[in-house]
Amino acid sequence: MDPNQPANQLTNTMDGMDEVIKEFLVESNEGLDRFDRDLIALEKDKTSRELLDSIFRAVHTIKGTGGVLGYEKLVSISHVGESVLSKMRDGVLLLSPEIATVLLAMADSLRRILEQIALNGNEGDGDCSRVVQKLSELLKDVRPSADQPARDRVGDSPVQAKDRNSPPRLGEILVSAEHCGADDVRVAVQLQEEGDPRPVGEILVSKRVVAPLAIAEALKAQIEHHDITSNTIRVDVALLDKVMNLVGELVLARNQVLQFTGTQEDSGFLSTAQRLNLITTELQEGVMKTRMQPIGNVWSKLPRIVRDLSVGCGKRVEVQMEGTETELDKTIIEAIKDPLTHIIRNAVDHGIEMPDVRVARGKSPDGRLMLRAFHEGGQVNIEISDDGDGIATEKLKAKAVAKGIITAEHAARMSEREVLNLVFAPGLSTVEQVSNISGRGVGMDVVKTNIEKIGGTVDVQSTSGQGTLLKIKIPLTLAIIPALVVTSGGERFAIPQVSLVELVRCEGEQAGHSIEDVHGASVYRLRGNLLPLVYLNRELHISTAQGAAQSVNIVVLQAGDRQFGLVVDDINDTEEIVVKPLSKQLKGVSCFAGATIMGDGRVALILDVLGLAQMARVVSELREKSLAEHGAKSTDNLDARESWLLFRIGSGGRMAMPLSLVSRLEEFPVSQVERSTGQEVIQYREQIMPLIRLAQAFGHGAVADSELLQVIVYSSHGRSVGLIVNEILDIVDQQVAVQHIHDAGALRGTAVIQQHVTDLLDVPALLAEQHLSSEGVVA
Amino acid sequence: MNIERQLCTFFLQGLFFGVEVERVQEVIRYQEMTRVPLAPAVIAGLINLRGQIVTAIDLRQQLGLSARTSEELPMNVVIRRDDGPISLLVDEIGDVVEVDEHLFEHPPDTLDGQRREFIRGVYKLKEQLLLLLDSEKAMSVVGNRPA
Repeated sequence: MDPNQPANQLTNTMDGMDEVIKEFLVESNEGLDRFDRDLIALEKDKTSRELLDSIFRAVHTIKGTGGVLGYEKLVSISHVGESVLSKMRDGVLLLSPEIATVLLAMADSLRRILEQIALNGNEGDGDCSRVVQKLSELLKDVRPSADQPARDRVGDSPVQAKDRNSPPRLGEILVSAEHCGADDVRVAVQLQEEGDPRPVGEILVSKRVVAPLAIAEALKAQIEHHDITSNTIRVDVALLDKVMNLVGELVLARNQVLQFTGTQEDSGFLSTAQRLNLITTELQEGVMKTRMQPIGNVWSKLPRIVRDLSVGCGKRVEVQMEGTETELDKTIIEAIKDPLTHIIRNAVDHGIEMPDVRVARGKSPDGRLMLRAFHEGGQVNIEISDDGDGIATEKLKAKAVAKGIITAEHAARMSEREVLNLVFAPGLSTVEQVSNISGRGVGMDVVKTNIEKIGGTVDVQSTSGQGTLLKIKIPLTLAIIPALVVTSGGERFAIPQVSLVELVRCEGEQAGHSIEDVHGASVYRLRGNLLPLVYLNRELHISTAQGAAQSVNIVVLQAGDRQFGLVVDDINDTEEIVVKPLSKQLKGVSCFAGATIMGDGRVALILDVLGLAQMARVVSELREKSLAEHGAKSTDNLDARESWLLFRIGSGGRMAMPLSLVSRLEEFPVSQVERSTGQEVIQYREQIMPLIRLAQAFGHGAVADSELLQVIVYSSHGRSVGLIVNEILDIVDQQVAVQHIHDAGALRGTAVIQQHVTDLLDVPALLAEQHLSSEGVVA
Repeated sequence: MNIERQLCTFFLQGLFFGVEVERVQEVIRYQEMTRVPLAPAVIAGLINLRGQIVTAIDLRQQLGLSARTSEELPMNVVIRRDDGPISLLVDEIGDVVEVDEHLFEHPPDTLDGQRREFIRGVYKLKEQLLLLLDSEKAMSVVGNRPA
């Protein structure tokens, strides 16, 4: 009779076995992941005893526990694998790429069987003889003197024979836990010595001395001995999600309580509310931390993928990682897994060249793939760089034109960065030969969409022939996010802070001037560029608040790599909100990302910035492009909204000049001023810079020099002139209505800025007047 | 032996409706609602049910009845579902009624098309006809936008 049979029967009858199997599956899968990782590391560091031991242990554990649970295939595969590994430990066999490939294939076979067990409860009918045969072939090459691999004697393994910190033997554990007597173990060992091929655990089970459950526990205790420092427990993610939801509720309740503090005077209540506030915040952070996982968890699978790919296409790639301990929310880790894998595949497949090409280009034959992760400003940055071929921008452009993604005319106008971002355009693959690894037309666009779905951004930089760098920015967590709350049509809406660029408010009169109409689309002049405007009320078909708006509130938002202004009735505040999904009845409405409960208990919708932009069609690239160009022309216009530098000359004269003409503001000690041909000059940046006292030039009379001279440096054609003023007042961003005056000389006119009449300086005219025309500034 | 069935009843524009009591999570009075712009017209809005966000469906709209005036505040019949509860807005709540299956009849042919879809049948009670609402249908939303 098959010795495994009794164990199998017990599996079906005993309660608690399911748990054991589940745990076995989890642990074995983790063990195999570690196996992959360590084996690849061992390829680089062939002498590391530690890595080899860890690899051995992973296989040994699967063999041991698998045997107890009666999984024959697992045992037969891992048994041969263990034999190969023990030869390596004995130094008879040295790890070669071929051996590594076979061992990795073994790990895959084991995984497949584990998957079958998880699905059907049995090992499935897959054939594992090929792997076993391949592994056995490795053994043939070794001198036949090497004997059969060590069988488990009383929980013995070759590890322990040499290792002084060896874990207790299986029999010892069983005896000490009073699962069986020392005599039973002795009998079992004796049977083994008499030629019984089964491990001690199995013998004990078949003699019905010990329950399989106890053996499994003992084996686990044996394994855990290796890892005494582990202070962790396993928690079901669903439970964590539930706790997270409850904390979300608590945050809302806290917000509600805090709203009452405004109207209450009871000091006892106030201090209790304060404590509740603090504790909730800490609890929230704590729970968030439990969901945090190091990014290394995802990355750890990548070296294996890279190895398989590079071996497959004959390339040599070395993976380096930095910041593996950087932590991210579990849901985000899940979400970036596929995009990351795709990027890595792309880099190996398209980026890194064949070794001979690399050598010919003066690079090391080993391609370098670098993964970096770090926290920055509440976001996680992930950078993936390779030193491969880079992106051929001309080729990319031609391809995009050929595929009709952009027009030839448009292509000619595109900046380098825009061209590079074409890699994210749907339906574009630059590799002529579509390989089976990547480049099937669905690629980077999916990567981009997936990353944007979780509120992240992705950017690409590349130098042809030098390599490519992909920068991904993603939020730390999705469950609780900071958001800006706005009101429109009497309803509140939350806008995720990650999409927020800035807030602009135009008061009264000014509002009418600064918002203009370009072919039916509203635009706003923001620092000389035209910002397309989207009216939230119009987009959502909600009525505008009654009464003529006194001011216009513009929320400047980033949608993908484009910006647009969202016009709302009112801007309230920023708040931490708990994101709740919308029911499936509302999935069709693309401009909402979810809903949240506000401090007053009412529900507010969360705007999906990208969805909204798409709905309002502001993300159509061509249109924005033409608007930007249009905008560039109109900035020459004097009454365009501009930034002005305000300053005082003499005792009372207010003057302004466009900030765009100011190259620097400097302070010089009076003592540094020198004279040259009747002109005050100063040595500035290895040039001799003429100085003009504006107070004198405009007849405001000299004011006693202070120790330091305030100088506005104006540069033109590589020459600089310093304008001495008495005080720099302010920088204002405003559209000015110029009143032209007769015989203004070096003035462009006057205007009202900040409720004061202000002269507008015409710098070129001033220089001409002072015989210092910008071309002819004398040195 | 008659098979009895318990129905939670409610009124809509004078019509008497019922849903199986085991499908009803709870019945609550009017809750403040947040409208969802651009959503199909049958979606009245979102309510906060003890921290849970619940979509409310206007049954009058769904059944093609006339709209409620602004003074008439609807009640919520919250229906239990695997993917979170959904609230059905009704005019008024009635009693829980036990009905005999032999009083059941399929909807009369004269019932017009739109309403017929949502009504599984009629119980001929002594005082009044009780319409059995197909709650699954009532919660389904065709992806149409408001007119």
